[in-house]
Amino acid sequence: MSAQKLDLSLYGVLIAAGILVPLLAPAFTSQMAILWLMVLMAVTWDMTGGQMGYNSLGNIAFFGIGMYASAVVQIGIVYDVAEYTAAFGAIKVDFTVEQYWTGLLLGIGFGGVVATVFALIIGPFMLGLRGPYFAIGTLGLAVAVAELVSGWSYVGGGSGISMPVFPGEAASGSQVFYVLLFVLAILAHVVIRAIYKTRFGLAINAIRDDEDKAEAMGIHTTRYKVTAWMVPAFFMGMAGAVFGNMSGFIEPLEVAFPTATFGIFMVAMALLGGKGTVWGPVLGAILFHIVKEVTWTHLLGWQWVALGAIIIINIVYFQQGILGWAQDRWPSLFGVTVDEKTTRTGQAEAAK
Amino acid sequence: MSGSLIEVRGVSKSFGGVVANKEVSIDVAEGGITGLIGPNGSGKTTLFNSIVGYHPIDEGSIKFKGQEISKLRVPDIARLGLLRTFQQTRIYSKMDCMKNMLISVSHRDEGLGSMFGSMHDRETEAFAEELLEFVGLYQKRFLIAGELSFGQQKLLEFAMALMNRPKVLLLDEPTAGINPTLINGLIDRLKRANEQFGITLFVIEHNMRVIMNLADRISCLAHGELLATGTPDEVQNDPRVVEAYLGAH
Repeated sequence: MSAQKLDLSLYGVLIAAGILVPLLAPAFTSQMAILWLMVLMAVTWDMTGGQMGYNSLGNIAFFGIGMYASAVVQIGIVYDVAEYTAAFGAIKVDFTVEQYWTGLLLGIGFGGVVATVFALIIGPFMLGLRGPYFAIGTLGLAVAVAELVSGWSYVGGGSGISMPVFPGEAASGSQVFYVLLFVLAILAHVVIRAIYKTRFGLAINAIRDDEDKAEAMGIHTTRYKVTAWMVPAFFMGMAGAVFGNMSGFIEPLEVAFPTATFGIFMVAMALLGGKGTVWGPVLGAILFHIVKEVTWTHLLGWQWVALGAIIIINIVYFQQGILGWAQDRWPSLFGVTVDEKTTRTGQAEAAK
Repeated sequence: MSGSLIEVRGVSKSFGGVVANKEVSIDVAEGGITGLIGPNGSGKTTLFNSIVGYHPIDEGSIKFKGQEISKLRVPDIARLGLLRTFQQTRIYSKMDCMKNMLISVSHRDEGLGSMFGSMHDRETEAFAEELLEFVGLYQKRFLIAGELSFGQQKLLEFAMALMNRPKVLLLDEPTAGINPTLINGLIDRLKRANEQFGITLFVIEHNMRVIMNLADRISCLAHGELLATGTPDEVQNDPRVVEAYLGAH
C-alpha cells in the first residue's frame, strides 16, 4: 500500500523536524510549539468542519474550557481555588516539584475530559443546527462561554489566574511544554487518521454529503455527529491545558478564548491546506504559521493584511484548498480510477 | 395471499390549507410489487414521506409488520427495514461508489462500539462489488459518485438501497430521467431484486408502460384521495383513472 508508506514517511518527516529544529535552533522552540498547537487545532477542526461538513467557529471554547479546568485542578490539589483567585495573584503558593508535576498531568487529562463532556452535553443541541446556522451558533457559544468565565469570580473573572510556576529553569520549562504540544499534535493526527479508516469516517463523510439521505438510510446521525465533536474537544481541551501552563497566566479573552485569532486561524488553516483531507490541515497550518511569522518579523503592520489576503484568495479562487486542488488536478494519484475489468470475475470485455 | 407488510389506514396530511392526502388507505402485500400512480401533485410523494416518517401525519395509522410506525423518526423506520429512494436522486456525491455502498449497510443492530468498527471485511466488500456489478457500475466503483451521469447515480442509489438488505423498498420514480433504452434494464433489475433478494417493492411511477409491466397491484391517487386500487388491467380500464389523467369531457 503506497498510501500507507507515504503516510509513514510524512510522519517520519514531521517527527524528525519536531526533534531536530529545537535542538539545532533553540531560538525557534517557542515558535515551533505554537506551530504544533496550530497543527493540532487545524487537524481536529477538520474532523467536524471538513470531514463532516459542520463548520464550527466555536472549537476555541473547548481550548479555553480545558485550560480553565486544568488550572482549577492544578491549584485545587494544593490550595483553595476561590481564595487563590480572590487575591489576584497576591498569594504566592509554593508548589513542590512533585505537586507541580502531579497537578500538570492531572490537569491536562482533566482538561481534555471536561471539554469532551461539555461537547457531549451541548452537542445534541448545537448539532441540530445546519449550515451557516451551526457556524453562527458555535461562534455565539464561544463568545458566551468567554463572557461567562469573565464573570465567574471563582476562576478569577476577567482578571485571570496566575498558573503555578514551572519548577526549574525557564528554558527547560519551555522545552517541556514544547514536547507536550508536539506529542499531542502528532497523537491527535495519528488517532484521527486511524478512526477515519473505520465506519466512523465513512459515516461522517456521508453526513457531509447528504445528511437527509444518511438518515433515510438508517445511520445513527446524532451519535456520529456528537462523537465527531467530542474527539476535537478532547484534544483541544488537553492542548488548552498545556498552553495555559506555557503562558503562565490565563485570562478569558486573549489567552483562553481567542475567538478572533486562533478561533478563526484554525478554520483558515484547514481551508488553505484542503479541508476534508488527512494531510491538508497539517500543510495549511505549516504554511499559515510561516506566513504569519515571516510577516510579523519583516512586514510588521502588514501581517493582518497578508493573513486576510490568504483567506480571501483561498475562499474566492480555490475553495477546495491546496490538497483538494491537487486531487481535482490529478485524481488517479488519489485512487480515483476506472477499473479495466467490467465484472468481478475479471473477464475484460471488449470496449464497446 | 401472504398478508400486508405495510398497512396504511385513513391517512390524512395537509400543509396549511392544501390537503395533500385525504383518508388514504393502501396495503402493500409482502413479497409483491405494488404500484402507486396519479397525476402530478396528487400526493404520492407526500404519502411516501408520511410512511417513512419524514413528517408527522394528521390522522390515520401506518403499520409495518403490524407495528405502528407513524410516530417513529426517519432513521428508526429505516432501521426496521423500510427504506426509500428519492425522486431527486440522492447519493453521497463526494465519496467514491464503493464507499457509498459500504456505508449503506444495515444499521439495524448497531451498538456504540460498532461506530469504530472496520469497514473492510471481505464479506461486505464482496457483497458491495456484487451489487455494483448487478447494476453495471463495477468498473466505476472507485470514481467519485457525484461525477457519474444522472442515470448511473439512480442505479447507484438503487444498489445502495439493496446493500441495506431492506424488507421493503419505496421507490420514488425510479425511471425518471433515464434513457428509454436503459429503462428495460432497470425494470429487469427491479424484478430480479424482488424475486432474488425477496424485497417487497412499493413504486411511484409516471411511466405507464413501466408500471403496468412491473406491478401486480396498482393504486391511483388524485387530488390527495385514493381513486382506485386493483390489478394493472382493472386500473387501466377504470374510467375514473382515465378521467383523472386526461381530464373529463
